[in-house]
Amino acid sequence: MIISVQDLRREFVVRSPIGRLKRERRVVNAVDGLSFTIERGAAVGYIGANGAGKSTTIKMLTGILVPTAGTVRTCGLEPVADRKSLARRIGVVFGQRSQLWWDLPLAQSYRALAAIHRLRESEWTARRDELVDRLDLGSFLDTPVRQLSLGQRIRGELAAALLHSPELLILDEPTIGLDVLSKERLRVFLGEQRSSHGTTLLLTTHDMDDVQRLCERIIVVDKGRMAYDGTLPGLVERVGAQRVMTLDLHQPSEPLAGIPGTHVVDVEPDGLRQRLAFSPTETTAASVLAAVSTRTDVRDLAIDEPDIEDVVRRLYLSATPN
Amino acid sequence: MADQLAQWWRPYRELIGSRVRSQTAYRRSFALDVLGSAAVGVVEFAEVYIIFSNVDALGGLDFAGVALIFALANLAFSLADLVVGHLDELPRYLRTGTLDAFLLRPLPVLAQLVTSDISLRRLGRTAVSMIILAIALPLNDIDWTAGRIVLVGVAPIAGAAIFAALFVCAGAVLFWLIEGAQFSHAFTYGGNYAATFPASIFAMPMRVFFTFVIPSAFVAYLPTLVLLDLPGPPGLPQWLGWCTPLAAVGIWAIALLSWRAGVRHYTGAGS
Repeated sequence: MIISVQDLRREFVVRSPIGRLKRERRVVNAVDGLSFTIERGAAVGYIGANGAGKSTTIKMLTGILVPTAGTVRTCGLEPVADRKSLARRIGVVFGQRSQLWWDLPLAQSYRALAAIHRLRESEWTARRDELVDRLDLGSFLDTPVRQLSLGQRIRGELAAALLHSPELLILDEPTIGLDVLSKERLRVFLGEQRSSHGTTLLLTTHDMDDVQRLCERIIVVDKGRMAYDGTLPGLVERVGAQRVMTLDLHQPSEPLAGIPGTHVVDVEPDGLRQRLAFSPTETTAASVLAAVSTRTDVRDLAIDEPDIEDVVRRLYLSATPN
Repeated sequence: MADQLAQWWRPYRELIGSRVRSQTAYRRSFALDVLGSAAVGVVEFAEVYIIFSNVDALGGLDFAGVALIFALANLAFSLADLVVGHLDELPRYLRTGTLDAFLLRPLPVLAQLVTSDISLRRLGRTAVSMIILAIALPLNDIDWTAGRIVLVGVAPIAGAAIFAALFVCAGAVLFWLIEGAQFSHAFTYGGNYAATFPASIFAMPMRVFFTFVIPSAFVAYLPTLVLLDLPGPPGLPQWLGWCTPLAAVGIWAIALLSWRAGVRHYTGAGS
């Protein structure tokens, strides 16, 4: 068990001005009674809307923030009390905040980080070479961080977080703002690290593809409480999220109503492009296509997966009484 | 033993080294920065000079005596400013999440903060203070005993430690007062200003305040009393001049406790 969280709570006191002098004092429960455990070697997606308590949880797992109540154990340690020992065993990447030195090239940043983690020369240079190779950092290793593109910087951050070979890698929105290709490379790399070094992954993301490609388990939080804990297909099934098939037809056609397990989302005025929604538990893309083909000629098609925001929104709605 | 020390020092050596390299990368701009800092020291000394073109003595000391105080205080302050002068930027570290990054590394937060921005340009002011000290020492009639020789060496270092501790205290306050940099400057820069003049010119309550609350009199004025063998003003006996290192230890204890409380406040462990 690499992470164990028991009835975790965190309150914040928010003071907002009312009138000229008075201030209103309000207690907000950012995390409100979370319990879960994560096995060593797992890959878990930690999902929730903005303000659901994701970052607060991560801060409590990593020793930046003390819980108001409840217990946290990360790598068997109490994060705040054993902050320094824990720092040697975990790696953390914040997609939107840099942990590198903006005026140093990556090569020097890694040297400094190796010194900070007191890694042996032979040990860390071998690890650095591996990371430089796998993340393809070679061409900009001597460029100051402030001159790197976002994609290059994130790869640099990832190498920085992994230089000391942590058992647990925590990623807070690692793919935010990246282009499709960069996202894909990052996912491939994370998958490799996990299979070759047994690194446990915990990531928060808004990107459904991240979860689909990397995580076999997802935890959804809502207003600081557990909303779902299980697999992604399980979640999609539970909220009844639907896939949408966009069909481009050869000739203008009548709306494709009545295909088993589907309903028509929209038809463009000329009838050349139509969208059908279907639930993956009721039918498959192949049988929908077969049914459509008996009526008209399909020129091209695209399938949109339910997006994470939508799934989470549905989950939140279903969890709310009435 | 030496090996262990080298191991302990390794991260700091690397961090400070990286700061030095990045600051000296642009030689001309670095040289200008150093000159600018030296100019600050010169202008401040001009103030002392102007005062003495109008009066013959200040707080019982002549020009040479006050110049000695000025040199000792400025030397101590510029060294402290060099090492920890950037602690007043703590709110920026909090805003940008740099402090979170520090908390995720296996080193003390204060040590990382100090080594994150050593300002070598402040050496300009250090150089000016050392020149003034070299001129002021022979100008004064000092009876050089072994104790006094040690004191001249120890006072700037202990004085720098006192100012550094004041910077740490002022930085710790900023964990609570995010917009309080000006308030904290009152203690650091204010303490420096008080230290460059003889404490005897202050009224009694101020004199006590700048000795026992903010121990800036320990930096230069009290050691100067010992060097020149002068009796202190009421409330400040000359022997206190030997106690500068003790004052440094005392204020550091307070500084570290305040800092710890500040970090605990940030992580939400304290009140």
